[in-house]
Amino acid sequence: MIDDATFWTLTVLLGIGTFLIRFSFLGFFGRKQLPAWFILHLKYVGVGVLPAMVTPLVLWPQATGGETEPARIIAALVTFLVALRLSVTGALVAGMGTLYLMQALF
Amino acid sequence: MTRSAFWQGYRDCTPFIAVVIPFSLLFGVVARDAGLDILQVMAMSVLVIAGASQFTALALLQEHAPVFIALTAALAVNLRMALYSAALVPHVGHAKLGVRALMAYLMVDQAYAVAVKTYEERPGMSREERVAYYFGVMALICPFWYGCTLLGALIGTAIPASLHLDFAAPVCFIAITAPLLRSLPHMLAAAVSVVCAILFAGFPAGLGLIAAALVAMLVGAQAELALRRRAARRASGGSA
Repeated sequence: MIDDATFWTLTVLLGIGTFLIRFSFLGFFGRKQLPAWFILHLKYVGVGVLPAMVTPLVLWPQATGGETEPARIIAALVTFLVALRLSVTGALVAGMGTLYLMQALF
Repeated sequence: MTRSAFWQGYRDCTPFIAVVIPFSLLFGVVARDAGLDILQVMAMSVLVIAGASQFTALALLQEHAPVFIALTAALAVNLRMALYSAALVPHVGHAKLGVRALMAYLMVDQAYAVAVKTYEERPGMSREERVAYYFGVMALICPFWYGCTLLGALIGTAIPASLHLDFAAPVCFIAITAPLLRSLPHMLAAAVSVVCAILFAGFPAGLGLIAAALVAMLVGAQAELALRRRAARRASGGSA
């Protein structure tokens, strides 16, 4: 059990903190001209952040207690290939579908 | 014009509903399992609106970690959004302060990735269209996030674990990353990001992610500069 006081303290502070992180640059520097070298690096935010988020989720999933599961790695690769070649929707269906298929087979 | 940009954003985001649904359902289920009541589950999803950090905070509270630790870990998971915030400045930084505050509240991975990709592909969009597009994207995701959290909290354990709803998160992130790999520097940065995520796996939650992202951004930017220098050398060599 999580007691009420603990929960509400955490949730309110996390809400405020997360908002401030999101507001940071857009809020305080929104109308300022950012330096060119900074903007150059910002072009790579997406490809810098997202793969690093995905990697541990695929390699060491919480659902298996951090155990590496080949089915998940294969499903992730299938998702990636379909997303590159076809469409986002196709990738989502193929990704979950491959995982279900692998788990049904093995 | 802004109205059509809004609906364009709305349509461009429809595929992601397929992952927002399972992910938010799962949060509702897990949060109820942890002993939260419906009001608490919803308060968390509405106030924080960042799934990965909500799961982190909840897991740590369940393990009786001190509030300070749970808060720090969850905020570290969200630190990546400071980068999204910066990346949105050149595109929508002109908006009024109140509008930017609302954009900040609604800033999630999908919103950032879908919006910035469109802005870069269509430099002709007016300032108003870019703002409208952003809200179009979130107008679809946000209600589903709230609604399915509630649904998950209500139906709870009726959802079998064999559905592996947790896997919807990486699948979604992979699907939004692939279209971003449009140049050699982008691909290089993504590869570095994966390698660094493995190397930094021992870092405290969230910090390894930020470290990997910063290294990858540096590599991407340097690769772009190197390609530009080479192209310039070729051009000057060709004319000589």
